[in-house]
Amino acid sequence: MSEAVLVSTTVNGDVVEFACPTDEVLLDSLRDRVGLTGVKEGCGTGDCGACSITLDGQLVCSCLVLGVEADGRDITTVEGLTEDGELHPLQQKFIDHAALQCGVCTPGFLVAAKALLDRNPNPTETEIRYALAGNLCRCTGYDKIVRAVQASAKELNKARR
Amino acid sequence: MPHDNSYTGQEFKVVGNRFARPDGVDKVTGRARYGADASAPGQLVARVLRSPHAHAKITKIDTAKAERLSGVKAVITSDDLPDLTGGDRGMADILENCMARGRALYDGHAVAAVAAVDEQTARKALKLIKVTYEVLPHVTDVDEAMKPEAPVIHDWVFTGGVNPQPTKPCNVANRTEMGHGDVDAGFAQADVVIERSYKTEQTHQGYIEPHACLASVNSDGSAEMWVTTQGPFSYRTVCASLLGMDLAKLKVTSSEIGGGFGGKTHVWAEPLALALSRKANRPVKLVMTRDEVFRATGPTASTSIDVKVGAKKNGEITAAELELRYQGGAFPGIWGMLGCMTGFACYDIANQRSVGWDVIVNRPKVAAYRAPSAPMAAYAVESIMDVVAEEIGMDPVDFRLKNVAKEGAQAPYGPIYGPIGIESALNAVKENPHMKVKLKKNQGRGVACGFWFNIGGQTCVDLNIGTDGSVNLAVGTVDVGGARSSMGMIAAEELGIDYEDVKVHVADTASLGHNDTTEGSRGTFSSGMATIFAARDAIEVLKERAAQMLDVPKESIQWENGTASATGAENSNLPTLTLKEIAAKSHNTGGPIAGHNEVTADGAGMGFAAHICDVEVDPETGLTKILKYTVVQDAGKAIHPDYVEGQFQGAAAQGIGWALNEEYVYGEDGRLQNPGFLDYRIPVCSDLPFIDTMILEIPNPNHPYGIRGVGETSIVPPLGAVGNAIANATGVRMNHAPMSPIRVLEALDRAGVSGDQVSAG
Amino acid sequence: MRYESPATTKEAVALLSKEKGPAFVIAGGTDLLVRMKSGLVEPALLVDVKRIPAMTTIKVMQTGFRVGAAVSGAELGAHKALGKAWPGVVEATNLIGSDQIQGRCTMVGNLCNASPAADSVPALIAAGAKAAIVGKQGRRTAAVEKIITGPGSTSLAKGEVIEALTLPKSSRRTGDAYLRFTPRTEMDIAVVGVGISMTLERGIIKKARVCLGAVAPTPILVPAAADTIIGTKLDDAALAALAAACSDACDPIDDKRGTAAYRIRVAGVLARRVATIAFQRAGGAA
Repeated sequence: MSEAVLVSTTVNGDVVEFACPTDEVLLDSLRDRVGLTGVKEGCGTGDCGACSITLDGQLVCSCLVLGVEADGRDITTVEGLTEDGELHPLQQKFIDHAALQCGVCTPGFLVAAKALLDRNPNPTETEIRYALAGNLCRCTGYDKIVRAVQASAKELNKARR
Repeated sequence: MPHDNSYTGQEFKVVGNRFARPDGVDKVTGRARYGADASAPGQLVARVLRSPHAHAKITKIDTAKAERLSGVKAVITSDDLPDLTGGDRGMADILENCMARGRALYDGHAVAAVAAVDEQTARKALKLIKVTYEVLPHVTDVDEAMKPEAPVIHDWVFTGGVNPQPTKPCNVANRTEMGHGDVDAGFAQADVVIERSYKTEQTHQGYIEPHACLASVNSDGSAEMWVTTQGPFSYRTVCASLLGMDLAKLKVTSSEIGGGFGGKTHVWAEPLALALSRKANRPVKLVMTRDEVFRATGPTASTSIDVKVGAKKNGEITAAELELRYQGGAFPGIWGMLGCMTGFACYDIANQRSVGWDVIVNRPKVAAYRAPSAPMAAYAVESIMDVVAEEIGMDPVDFRLKNVAKEGAQAPYGPIYGPIGIESALNAVKENPHMKVKLKKNQGRGVACGFWFNIGGQTCVDLNIGTDGSVNLAVGTVDVGGARSSMGMIAAEELGIDYEDVKVHVADTASLGHNDTTEGSRGTFSSGMATIFAARDAIEVLKERAAQMLDVPKESIQWENGTASATGAENSNLPTLTLKEIAAKSHNTGGPIAGHNEVTADGAGMGFAAHICDVEVDPETGLTKILKYTVVQDAGKAIHPDYVEGQFQGAAAQGIGWALNEEYVYGEDGRLQNPGFLDYRIPVCSDLPFIDTMILEIPNPNHPYGIRGVGETSIVPPLGAVGNAIANATGVRMNHAPMSPIRVLEALDRAGVSGDQVSAG
Repeated sequence: MRYESPATTKEAVALLSKEKGPAFVIAGGTDLLVRMKSGLVEPALLVDVKRIPAMTTIKVMQTGFRVGAAVSGAELGAHKALGKAWPGVVEATNLIGSDQIQGRCTMVGNLCNASPAADSVPALIAAGAKAAIVGKQGRRTAAVEKIITGPGSTSLAKGEVIEALTLPKSSRRTGDAYLRFTPRTEMDIAVVGVGISMTLERGIIKKARVCLGAVAPTPILVPAAADTIIGTKLDDAALAALAAACSDACDPIDDKRGTAAYRIRVAGVLARRVATIAFQRAGGAA
């Protein structure tokens, strides 16, 4: 049995402490210890993106990060996208454009799409498709997801002006 | 358009709009709870030990060490699952598939399972279970398994459907034959007769959410299970039957479902979770890894197909024949029969015969995958349609139109078609601007058609009107792609109220009568029908209450736009009453107002689609890129057009993945080599273009709103459409799907048209 | 399992040297954690190098670049000077996995994982990159092509870690490129990979290095392929000779990702394409 360590981290703006075995991945820590089940496991090997989070602002798969590595870091999950109860424009556009069917990949897509728009507010369709290539969706054929991201970019840019 | 017009032109207020789905906010905020997202006090973690062998006798399972490990609360083997199936072969197969009984039948077959206090302990316990195997010869290829020298997997399988039935067991479980006319005479009339053979590899539904459940069995025999499933009622029936429980004592709640596509119509490890919980007397959570999903849950069949078509120079098909061989994994299936039923369904062929074979191999038990069996048969048929068209010098779309099935034609499986949409779809393809987009060098275009039956089945709903006039609708089909929106819209339409005033939820098995599994594109058709009838049932109650309130006979009340009014000049001074007003007084007029409906929904409208695909093929690497893709499909009536388009697009994307890269790769040792999303290559976002859609609405005369199922049909054409596009781009016909770069380059080489040879000149 | 995150390379080396059980360095962890999950490895010790300053920075020096072992693909991709000097190396590294993987994966991790199909390695070898190695005995330098000895194995001794990779200074007349073949556009493992760097003099290729990936047990540097284009203006004959030499150098296997025959064919095809890009980047006239 791996030794447990105490991890102190910031999750969606709140300071969170948990103890986890050293070989536990952050995905499991977030789901089972912090209670954020919006972070999904689709593969556990970094191939589907359903567990996407940002770690110190960097988009990562939480299944490929150890819980212990999160010590002293700043984490954002899908649960942290909403501000003061207001949906983030990406969240609203995903609903408006029917960009989700089963919805299990949606949290990962939202976190990845936000990371993209933070970095590149005006992505082309091709840039969107490549930036989201690490997020698998089996329901939509991606069509409405890409359209929702395009619409979000437009709205965010309008708000910035 | 040649169809029954009785439902055409219905005026809808709510239906046909694009409302926000009721589960949208939950799903974009991470609050929606899927199979793995539930917990119970004191829950244990389950892990399953699986066979590393394709076929092996299990001579001993020693669980003593695992049981002694601190934190382990239960270990089970097949000994803990006594056979209670009483001669029901299908049920016995499910039991044996859940846990090997003396023999491991495929790589990944469950052998034992543990429940422990945490994941690490459970994993450690698995390593302490000692299984002694005696490896047996295996076979994984469908054609190999049919050969007389192949290892026989089950000694109780004697080929059905042949006369006389063989006395020797073999891997061919069943033969099916269907058709009509005189095939030999038909071929004799043909100017051109062409025969081809095709192969398709095994693919998986590839839902992103792995199977997961939380099972809790009490010492009094009552039990609950939270599970990701397309069929909570059938899961209940199967689990209760395998474990010897009363149906009423097992409450199954379907979680939000993270994709199913047929793969969650069947139980896999859920009975194990219940058995572990029963043994440990604690709640048990079982979540499969992706590796387990690929190795041990139902992919679709791989196939080998021969097809023969005879046609006259004028394009008329005089005869056609199909021979289809489907492997169903380690147990008998019905896949060959479904292939026979669907193969020629788009065409009106006077003389046709289809023969299907169901073959057993050492692979996981095949489950339904979106229009099961149809895509493979259509790959063969839609490919040869282009070959014949070229041979007789006819445009491939015109050739299809010349032979297209219309109302009154006979389906391959017997019935006479009512109003169907394939001719309209092909005409829409012909007129589509996509067909006029100019193609460049190495680019090509293909068109293909597809058919799926769609089904109805047992359905019931409850509609309860609150005292504030808001409405709860409980349905028993699960929401796999936005169905709650559609049901809410239908209820609002019938009652004449706003969509926002209806809240739809998926009920558990204790709260509603039996509902068949959400499969066969039946959800919107069947629950939509039951919702209409339940709403009409509620309206009768509303009218009766209004009559009381207005003090008039019920017969004089009419219901329009969500309002009751009394008819007749003598009542013209009476007020009209809204649903809300009637609901507010319900405590005085007889209590709660509700509507119910229990129905076996008959008359599902058949689904037809035609697709257009443009590709570019790199002649030096064999890589195929999808440039443009259009889906035309008949929806009967699109309740929520966004989610209808979503079904078209998602189905097309799955078909494209199958056409290009998805396949199970087995090694010589019979083990699956690519049980993960890295090497089982489903399309990623950058692999696809936007998928254009066109919804046709040719009403289904058997549904009050004209609805046809839409979920499955569009996975059927892509294999043929992509293959035809590749042939158009390169001049080379692919006969093996997926048409991966390696297979395409090999085919180009054989034909002497690959890039290297061109540039070397 | 013990987890340590030392502040210096020396401490990391000491920890790894002392550990009796299986000890691993974790940088990005994108390969290691997958292997741990599948049970292929069960480390007794993990040494996280992401808190070691010498490993987390990209330094621009007189002699070229020094890229710390824990620098992620995303950080590499954002470094303008490096991208300008060695676009092939940066593009190759950025091909590894998704944006999510890029947030974690490192070139040194890609190298030490020692997969024949590693994307960054052929580009690094073609570019003449060197590994700065620290061990109990002190520091040493080795050419990147000397690191991988077979699938999953390296020439690093117990306790040795790669602290950084160095890339030589690149001139305006030097160009490099890397392409791989995968059935999908992203999220895939190279069926074949080709990295080429070249330096021109008056429009003629003066120096070249050609490295192939996924066609042999290790990435292979192919001097015979480089010879086919040195002294040429990369005309059609040179390209054809290059393709043939690359195909000849392949020693591939059939596996779930591709056949030997396919790899041999496509190695030549990619070599032509890669050489053409590198030539243009070196200022060569088409």
